[in-house]
Amino acid sequence: MSVLTRTADVDAPPVGAAGTPRRRGRRAWTSHVFLAFLVLYFVLPLWFLLVASTKSGGGLFNSPNGALWFGDGFHLLDNLRTLFTYNDGIYLRWLGNSLLYAIGGGVGATVLAVLAGYAFAKFDFPGRRVTFALLLGAVMVPMTALVIPTFVMLSEVGMTNTVWAVILPSMLSPFGVYLMRVYCADAVPDELLDAARMDGAGEFRVFRQVALPLMRPAVVTVLLLSVVGTWNNYFLPLAVLSDSQLFPVTVGINLWQGLAGANNGGGVSLYTLIIVGSLVSILPLIAAFLGLQRYWQGGLSIGSLK
Amino acid sequence: MATLDTAPRPQAPAADPAPARSRRQRRGRAQGLIGWAFLAPFAVVFLLFLVTPLLYAFYLSLFTKGLATGERFAGLDNYTRAFTDPAFLSGVWFVIRFSLVVIPVQILVALAAALVLDSVTSRFARFSRLMIFVPYAIPAVIGAVMWGFLYSPNFGPLEQLFGDGAPFLLSPDNLFYGFTNVVTWQWAGYYMIIIYAALQGIDPAVYEAARIDGASSRQIALRLKVPMISSALILILVFSLIGTLQFFTEPQVLTPISNGAISTDITPNVYAFNLAFRFAQFNYASAISFALGIVVFIGVYLFLFLTRKRGGFLK
Repeated sequence: MSVLTRTADVDAPPVGAAGTPRRRGRRAWTSHVFLAFLVLYFVLPLWFLLVASTKSGGGLFNSPNGALWFGDGFHLLDNLRTLFTYNDGIYLRWLGNSLLYAIGGGVGATVLAVLAGYAFAKFDFPGRRVTFALLLGAVMVPMTALVIPTFVMLSEVGMTNTVWAVILPSMLSPFGVYLMRVYCADAVPDELLDAARMDGAGEFRVFRQVALPLMRPAVVTVLLLSVVGTWNNYFLPLAVLSDSQLFPVTVGINLWQGLAGANNGGGVSLYTLIIVGSLVSILPLIAAFLGLQRYWQGGLSIGSLK
Repeated sequence: MATLDTAPRPQAPAADPAPARSRRQRRGRAQGLIGWAFLAPFAVVFLLFLVTPLLYAFYLSLFTKGLATGERFAGLDNYTRAFTDPAFLSGVWFVIRFSLVVIPVQILVALAAALVLDSVTSRFARFSRLMIFVPYAIPAVIGAVMWGFLYSPNFGPLEQLFGDGAPFLLSPDNLFYGFTNVVTWQWAGYYMIIIYAALQGIDPAVYEAARIDGASSRQIALRLKVPMISSALILILVFSLIGTLQFFTEPQVLTPISNGAISTDITPNVYAFNLAFRFAQFNYASAISFALGIVVFIGVYLFLFLTRKRGGFLK
């Protein structure tokens, strides 16, 4: 605090001056202008996507009101119909695949992380220090450095081009284990666990009925982080899958993007499909984040407050 | 931790009470087995999908495969080749330059937004917080596709604003800015939320004390708030460093519309991907992946070691 006392009387504002109504009002006003500017920037691509998805294939290129406003006619429903029927409805398949990978990988990663985090936080097993040091090291290993080796390894055992080639590697979340350990060490008192053991509860029951309910905020956070991570993943599925029937929506949209550049849509405007497809694919996660605000807003900071 | 108030917290989490410890020692062996039982599922996945690929990549990287000669042991030849390969080195140089620009930009945007959001409470501030965060929920592929459209000379708004003189942000000269914008847009909101949560965790009594000492709002923000959230800032720096050094999705997605400005070796990861899946050079691609992994690991470890007094991560 000494730094502050020394610098305080340079421009010598009387106590409380920073908070006089007029100055506070002006500051709030500039703050809000700044925030409005940021909101415009961060929403701009989404606004473009929303507006563009109401345009026809030709309307994208010569829109009378520009790229950032609605054009002539409202083609959203037509575009959606084309999206869901194009190529025998392959887009719906991609959405389903994304869901399968995100739930499979995300739930798997969370279960493993809860169990391992509990073990690190509450048990003194031989090799704990070494394994935890390994885990911290693994947090720093870039996951994309593993993609090509994983592909080569999986192709040796004939597992590429299967759903498992995406789901199993997605279950690896060293950072999730770290978050669980940090949270569990604080939120689950040893006394409570010991009391349950005294009452004759088995170890798994102690975990499930005493520790797990106390760890719920961290569980929701890790689940959300790993579901988002798998849903948004691109490099891994791009490398291990070659059958377009197995693609998640990220790889699928990029396939269209490549074809659109080569003008290969077979009479359908692929640009329209890409735009509407992008819009539909981001809605589930945005809805999940808005719905689960209460959990992630606090939870995302678990690792950073210690 | 203050925002996570749903769970009861022990008074002194760091120190085990003595009786619990002695009881624990008596049960030592059994406890050890149970601990391992809880750890085992993760350990299996860890061995299969982290340790094995890394070792296997290292093994592969020690061989070369020629059409005439077949597979043969080459020792560290692939690594000598990598570190004298202009394509790999220019990729490394690109991601290093890119990190030096994009990481400060992202963190400054995130920090400024978080400090402002922490100082005003209104419905609009809450709404802004969500909107700034939204890009995190959007896959990087979709983010890149959207910005690609916005940059597009055919139907993007830049052409309509500036006419024929509009800058094309994916031309060789502007590529760097084009990428900086996409990556900042994608990640600044996530970092903002982490910083904001850390700011909300500070006891407001501290500000009250500073204000009584005569500190202005700006002094409170820069000399009090920023130092108090240094461990959150370090966590963010580590995340963005790991992410930026392995830059892959955006250049890969934007390649088709960049008119050739994005080369097949623009970043080490793009280069490794093209080596493996276009030219089937899996041995050399493994060496590049492994070398990149080691470079990132050492860089991040050094960074954490140098900042270990401030951060909570390596303690």
